[in-house]
Amino acid sequence: MKTIHFTSIKNLIIGVFFILVATTSTFAASSDSEEEEFDVTNMIMHHIKDAHDFHIMDWNGHAVSIPLPVILWTENGLVTFMSSEFHHDDIGSVVVERNGQKFVKFHEEIYYASEGPNADGSYVTMNADAHPQNAHPMNFSITKLVFSMFLSILLLLWIFGLSARRYDADGVPKGIAKFTEPLIVFIRDEVAIPNIGEKNYRKFMPFLLTLFFFIWINNVMGLVPFFPFSANLSGNIAFTGVLAIITFVITTVNGNKDYWKHIFWMPGVPVPMKLFLAPIEFIGIFIKPISLMIRLFANITAGHIIVLSLISLIFIAKTAWISPASVFFAVFISLIEVLVVAIQAYIFTMLSALYIGSAMEEHEH
Amino acid sequence: MSLALIQDVASYVPFAAIGAGLAAIGAGIGIGRIGGSAMDAIARQPEMQGKIQSSAIVLIAFVEAVALFAVVVSLIAK
Repeated sequence: MKTIHFTSIKNLIIGVFFILVATTSTFAASSDSEEEEFDVTNMIMHHIKDAHDFHIMDWNGHAVSIPLPVILWTENGLVTFMSSEFHHDDIGSVVVERNGQKFVKFHEEIYYASEGPNADGSYVTMNADAHPQNAHPMNFSITKLVFSMFLSILLLLWIFGLSARRYDADGVPKGIAKFTEPLIVFIRDEVAIPNIGEKNYRKFMPFLLTLFFFIWINNVMGLVPFFPFSANLSGNIAFTGVLAIITFVITTVNGNKDYWKHIFWMPGVPVPMKLFLAPIEFIGIFIKPISLMIRLFANITAGHIIVLSLISLIFIAKTAWISPASVFFAVFISLIEVLVVAIQAYIFTMLSALYIGSAMEEHEH
Repeated sequence: MSLALIQDVASYVPFAAIGAGLAAIGAGIGIGRIGGSAMDAIARQPEMQGKIQSSAIVLIAFVEAVALFAVVVSLIAK
């Protein structure tokens, strides 16, 4: 017991020492080259957005990143190439030519290149609001977020494929199934049955379980700060929007007569009130999935922004001596985020179950 | 003229930041009330601690989400 105690303190001291040394040496390196103003907002916004390559780090001023395939459906058909052909350019100055068409990348969007460069050497034509005017092809690229999503799907298939094979002849879970079974039972007993009801819950279990584990694993992968993970997938509004739309479709398709009656002609209230309630209830059908979408998106994006802001404090204060405080708070917030991401996955699942349950509820009056 | 005045004021006053701060105040009051009530409830019925704690955490997540809606609006409006 005593030795364990001492080793953990020793590890802690060594860890803090290495963090200090690492931050100091990076600082020495960067101040040697040139004093460049570090743009925190730009860095954070760049991190939380999607990208065509997976940026790992900067080494001596050069970006080190994994190129990802660009898949475009253009006027002349399918065009594919690797995003490394843009040479990390993001302001539209590098032109890639395929099938007699020219493409440029500007702020992680791919456009058809203009005839000639503008004053900044960029092949995009801007309007008065500094938005590109160029047409763009349909983009089906494997971006950072799509890559991350595929990775999470593979992980889920692996985890659950493994746990399905870990039951012995008596149905007793072994190995990883000991971890997954309580979670599945939790979703069934605490989420599906109370909200949907004993009679109908079975049909929705696959959806609810997929929702919970898919959101959770993507949230957790976003928290891991190194290469194959760290993408802000569940903090992308398109991702959360699609999940919310699926919930919306399932709710609407399964809505019974009572559900629609309670929306358009609420029983038990006077007629003027019915006319007043109908539009509110009708808008409510759409507000529910929208709130699901915004809640998950805002929570996860805010988590990423907070952690990055705390780390950026070092660069804002321009001293390595603030790094212990900065790293401490970043670790603290990361630990809270571990809790938050699980709660958000649970809340998304629970509210989906609640909406589905309310659409299938049978009333006695 | 009044629009120009408003735009002039808006360029000096960080309204987006003030909005985010107001949202934080609201969420703070909400989470504080949930936490306080949960504490009272646990003090009265210590055997219900587990259930009270888990529902309090879920409620806090709801309140927090409202504050984060405001943060997103502030980010967009900036």
